[in-house]
Amino acid sequence: MILVDDLVVRFGHVVAVGGVSFAVRPGEAFGLLGPNGAGKTTTVRVLATLLPATGGRAMVAGYDVRREGLEVRASIGYIPQALSADGALTARENLEFYARVTGVPRGVRKERIADAVDAMEIGEWLDRLARTLSGGMLRRLEIATALLNRPPVLLLDEPTVGLDPNARRVVWERLHALREHSGTTILVTTHLMEEAERQCDRLAIMDHGQLVAQGTPEDLLASHEAAALEDVFVAVTGKMIEEGGNIRDVRRQRRIAGRLG
Amino acid sequence: MFGASAASPAASGRLARPPALSSPPAMRMLAGAHAMARAELQKLRHDHLDLITRSVQPLLWLFVFGTALRHNRALAAGASDYRAYIAPGVMAQAALFIAIFYGLAVIWERDVGQLQRLLATPLPRTAIVVGKAVGASVRALVQASLLLIVLGLTGIGIRWTVPGVVGALALLVCGTAAFACLSMVIAAGVRTRERFMGIGQLIMMPLFFASSALYPLSIMPGWLHVVARFNPLTYEVQGLRQLLLGVGGHGELLLDFVVVIGFLVAMVAAATRAYPRAIL
Repeated sequence: MILVDDLVVRFGHVVAVGGVSFAVRPGEAFGLLGPNGAGKTTTVRVLATLLPATGGRAMVAGYDVRREGLEVRASIGYIPQALSADGALTARENLEFYARVTGVPRGVRKERIADAVDAMEIGEWLDRLARTLSGGMLRRLEIATALLNRPPVLLLDEPTVGLDPNARRVVWERLHALREHSGTTILVTTHLMEEAERQCDRLAIMDHGQLVAQGTPEDLLASHEAAALEDVFVAVTGKMIEEGGNIRDVRRQRRIAGRLG
Repeated sequence: MFGASAASPAASGRLARPPALSSPPAMRMLAGAHAMARAELQKLRHDHLDLITRSVQPLLWLFVFGTALRHNRALAAGASDYRAYIAPGVMAQAALFIAIFYGLAVIWERDVGQLQRLLATPLPRTAIVVGKAVGASVRALVQASLLLIVLGLTGIGIRWTVPGVVGALALLVCGTAAFACLSMVIAAGVRTRERFMGIGQLIMMPLFFASSALYPLSIMPGWLHVVARFNPLTYEVQGLRQLLLGVGGHGELLLDFVVVIGFLVAMVAAATRAYPRAIL
């Protein structure tokens, strides 16, 4: 469903992604794991057609991200790391807005919104302004807005950053329910080891724009004779995951955490 | 419960053409513009205070500045009093303020991820830019309608004809959309809101004072007259003035519309190129 082959992204002399390759099977939950600045967000942005690749090739739902951007965008639901729900609109108005801009036909709009609301269990507070919702509610609202055009692929960039453990658990419960029901393929970036280990079928570990290991969590643990994924990360990168990133990354994460309360 | 996604029919490889692309691009563009205009109206409905606070400045221009110079015949240039003369200029200035600072919203939307979300939808890039511009125009339209109500209530002598008012609002929408696109072009190249505020002030005041918003072109010194002739705001104000006051020469209204619409087309094209770069 997603194919990334020798992907390279450069910003001037800086290599953000340096020859990354991986494939995600239909219906799979695939995690890109790495510290801030590893190149995870850049990779996802290329897949969402927001950034052009400098080299290599990427396909999403059978479409080439470089040549068939419109088809790719019509086949994905994308949730960026920052909170994208419009706080000045109610949850229902956010859903209506994204139903319109993602091309959901008028005749099925209400039904699609109702389905997305059910899938994310957000029906109780549809008429509240988004800025008054808690972090977990906001993330579920955002995911609901990404489901309206029934995309075969969901690209989620750090969907649980800033959430408390309970809200994180609820978000993942709803995502797994969605996968079971609809066969949606999920590509998620995270820097949370435990989350990656528990929630993803397969993982790719990124560091400094390189993919340094990939496999199922069990395979990664076994091949490195490690008790936890954190030990695998240390073994393949030589450092702890908290390191890395720049002041912009830290500032962005603090801002998101601040908005999530 | 949630229905089957498009993943179901084909487990791998290329899927059927996404349903979101079944309608022609023009229809998708209209749908996108409509969605964004609707969202702006919903935001205004939730936040009346924004509309009220934004209305203060144009009213000050009209009733303080305008009243102080009310009996100056040279400045009124054919209008019944100076307040009527500057009413179209004040209307255009209020819309310009909304449009130029619309770029701030672009920077904010980039910071909170809304821009990335929009750019990852199947809307054509032009549709996003047009939709955003329409959003700014909706705000300007609501504010101009309030200003027209105040003009009616206070008996300031403008010409109340349906074609005049409708034409003026249409010209105002085009001008606001064009300046909002200019603002998006600037926002695409600016990293912080603080810097954008500075640039916004830097271009807004010269645009306003080097136009016919407050005084007729005929009393301007030669160099300023030349600058004003290259300023699209001049044509927007002159068009509004002709439609609302009947002031202006034969054929000038057509030129005003041609210049404003031409400016709009150029700015939409520029913003379509620049806007996606705002996320870099």
